[in-house]
Amino acid sequence: MAVVSALLEIREVSKAFGGVQAVTRVSLEAQKGEILSVIGPNGAGKTTVLNMISGFYHPDSGRITLEGRDITDLAPSRVAELGIARTFQNIALFRGMTVLDNLMLGRHVHMKTGVLGAFAYWGFAQKEEVAHRKRVEDIIDFLSIQDLRRRPTGSLAYGLQKRVELGRALALDPKVLLLDEPMGGCNHEEKEDMARFILDVNEEWGVTVILIEHDMGVVMDISDRIAVLDMGQKIAEGAPDDVRANPRVIKAYLGETKTIGAGGSRG
Amino acid sequence: MAEATTLARLLQRNARDLRDRPAIREKDRGIWQTWTWGQYHDQVREFALGLAALGFKRGERLSVIGDNRPRLYWAQVAAQCLGGVPVPVYQDSIAKELAFVWNHAECAVIVAEDQEQVDKVLGLRDQLPALRLVVYDDPRGLLRYKHDWLRSYQDVQELGRSFATRHSTYFEAEIEKGKPEDVAIICYTSGTTGNPKGVMLTHANAIGIAEAFRKADDIRPEDDALAYLPMAWAGDAAYTLFLSLVVGFCANCPESPETVQRDLRELGPTTVLAPPRIWENMLTAVQVKAADAPALKRWVFERFRAVAERAEILRADGKPIPLGLRLARMLGNVLVYTPIRDQLGLRRARWALTGGAPLGPDTFRFFRSIGVNLKQVYGSTETTGLVSLQPSAEANPTTAGRPCPGIEVKIADRGEVLVRGPVIFKGYLKNEEATREVIDPDGWFRTGDAGFMDPRGHLVIIDRAKDVGALRDGTPFAPQFIENKLKFSPYVREAVAFGHERDFVTAMVAIDLNTVGNWAERRGIPYTSYMDLSQKPEVCGLIREEIRKGNETLPAATQIRRFLLLTKDLEADDAEMTRTRKVRRRFVSEKYAAVIDAFYSGGHTVELEASITYEDGRTATLKSRVRVEDVGPEMTARV
Repeated sequence: MAVVSALLEIREVSKAFGGVQAVTRVSLEAQKGEILSVIGPNGAGKTTVLNMISGFYHPDSGRITLEGRDITDLAPSRVAELGIARTFQNIALFRGMTVLDNLMLGRHVHMKTGVLGAFAYWGFAQKEEVAHRKRVEDIIDFLSIQDLRRRPTGSLAYGLQKRVELGRALALDPKVLLLDEPMGGCNHEEKEDMARFILDVNEEWGVTVILIEHDMGVVMDISDRIAVLDMGQKIAEGAPDDVRANPRVIKAYLGETKTIGAGGSRG
Repeated sequence: MAEATTLARLLQRNARDLRDRPAIREKDRGIWQTWTWGQYHDQVREFALGLAALGFKRGERLSVIGDNRPRLYWAQVAAQCLGGVPVPVYQDSIAKELAFVWNHAECAVIVAEDQEQVDKVLGLRDQLPALRLVVYDDPRGLLRYKHDWLRSYQDVQELGRSFATRHSTYFEAEIEKGKPEDVAIICYTSGTTGNPKGVMLTHANAIGIAEAFRKADDIRPEDDALAYLPMAWAGDAAYTLFLSLVVGFCANCPESPETVQRDLRELGPTTVLAPPRIWENMLTAVQVKAADAPALKRWVFERFRAVAERAEILRADGKPIPLGLRLARMLGNVLVYTPIRDQLGLRRARWALTGGAPLGPDTFRFFRSIGVNLKQVYGSTETTGLVSLQPSAEANPTTAGRPCPGIEVKIADRGEVLVRGPVIFKGYLKNEEATREVIDPDGWFRTGDAGFMDPRGHLVIIDRAKDVGALRDGTPFAPQFIENKLKFSPYVREAVAFGHERDFVTAMVAIDLNTVGNWAERRGIPYTSYMDLSQKPEVCGLIREEIRKGNETLPAATQIRRFLLLTKDLEADDAEMTRTRKVRRRFVSEKYAAVIDAFYSGGHTVELEASITYEDGRTATLKSRVRVEDVGPEMTARV
């Protein structure tokens, strides 16, 4: 690759809610195949940025492009079809539906059979269903949730729901995966599992990951690059070690301090 | 079949005679994938040639570690075809145990299921000078691992295919060199004392057990079996490798250890082998479901369960079953028994075996009564897993069955059971002294079990011979016999009885967290952890009642007088038990010396200091004061 072009490019986006300026002229670039983490104190605007990427909000100014194509004003469903999947801070699954059905639903954007077609189940509709089921089974195998296929997601432990939520996003076959605190509320073991899944998704399936996470240990361990937001602005960006040592970052996290060692890895 | 004297030749025979019949299945991506005997043979051949291309030689050892996977079975057969020896190991062993076995057997190749297992090998590699090659089945997460000694299974098969173009008859020629007396597999016995011992089983043993079994019971090429028991256990080797190769039936590998119950139901195997724990879990599952069912359903279930058990008791005693009871049972079969068998995946099973440890009479009777042909089998690693088996008409919860055709059994002094026949192993690896201790010049193998032959000609096992002791007054004391009475209670997970050279019998009891936890929840008794639950007065009362029930079936002198509830379960990781969950008696009595002391000095509390070994080898200590309880006489009014 001679020219490194960003897979996802965010150019100077701003977003205000009434009088509150949530995000101010933030620019980010996610290179193909990397894990980019977005960190920052509460209310820094991290989730707002994710919401703008996935089309839930539209920025007041600035542009967002995916593979050079402007997606700034597209509806969330269109953004999803173009290959951006996400998970939510507070799990968004159909609690009464089984794990399998939730994942099959994740394949929805790839299904071509309409309501009428589905009535005539045999033929194309069936073939399509089989192909999608196969893909979903790959994901079930990948996440080691074979024993949960038929369980309603609402009956699962929290950490497992998080895992199913990741599976639902993966079912989209995304180019970019937006993860909003995938480890929030998880115990140590569940965090380790989740970190491994994120690394595997990234390395084996080549999915670009944009991660919001509070556990600094995990962020420092698995990210290729980190961007730091504070009060709606980007204050730093770079490799984990650079960010860790950046005085502005330390200030944002710990407030005004005189001197501080470079080793602080807790957020 | 005169020519098929090794497992490798049996594979060739099956590939010829049963070419398109299913040999092995694996549930993958939610679907059962089938390989026929022809494909099984080709898979083994390619992998074997790949091993040959990588320098695997006759007599070298290949270990497998992981869940039951077709590729891990093929790797073992491939090694056998080349005159090598497979050494399956328990995948839940801790690092120290694995290092011991791999070093002791000098394994040159290890075939690991996945990243988790590869990581274990990786951590031990420096300690394993003989290891040249590690092969993995599932590549997930291993792409980053770059080592010249690490290869994927496909990679090895690829090498095998190109090797085959240069040496087209190599595989067949190597099989030709095989002799029946060659070692076919080394299974390590967990050993209740000291390091594990490598039991060398020959091709003749493997075929011997299959032939003996075939004469004793009905097994057919069209049978389906579930391969879910640990591959390192001789029972699985005997069933899934030896019997399957000799008879030609299909072995089915479940999707994952968590899905076994569902897979069992989907598959509906025609023959089932399961240790007591599985049967107990199934019964518990049925009881829990029944308890949660609506009142009418529960009533129907309880009614017909009682009918079935009455009929079963009459049958076992050889008494006639009255017409009314027979009619009720027929109705029950439609309403209750068949649906339960179906739910459990036992509907198609012509027979089901339980072995490895005694099964509670209540559990045994339940399965018999709902129409599962459950029978006991007895054997040990050194006897290739088989000595005796109950004929279907003589099934009962107390005996170990009749010695299989061709296998001789006799009882020596002190009641020790001796066995002779084609199933007796060749010897312990690198331990001739131990071999000489257990096999006498006439070929009799000392099982170490104490038992007797009952009037019908059934073998009855009481305990380990060396554990049989005596109370101070001379009453014989068989600890396991007593412990089993306790373990028949669903609330007791483990028990250790003491009494040798003492005045009376005492026991340490580890409660079953699931059943006791459930019991406590139903009664609104709050608890936080195993430790907390085990020390609740209510739980203590519950176990006291269970001990009283057990005591009723024991002679007065050997009834349990005092007991204590352990604050943690006995664990193999803590060296208190073997991997097959047998109590390591000497170790336990040293570790819990303070408890024994309190039992017999009349103490009422004791400081328990339990050191716990985590799976990664770290240790931690738990300290607590625990009450010592008296069983006491039955009281009508309780304080």
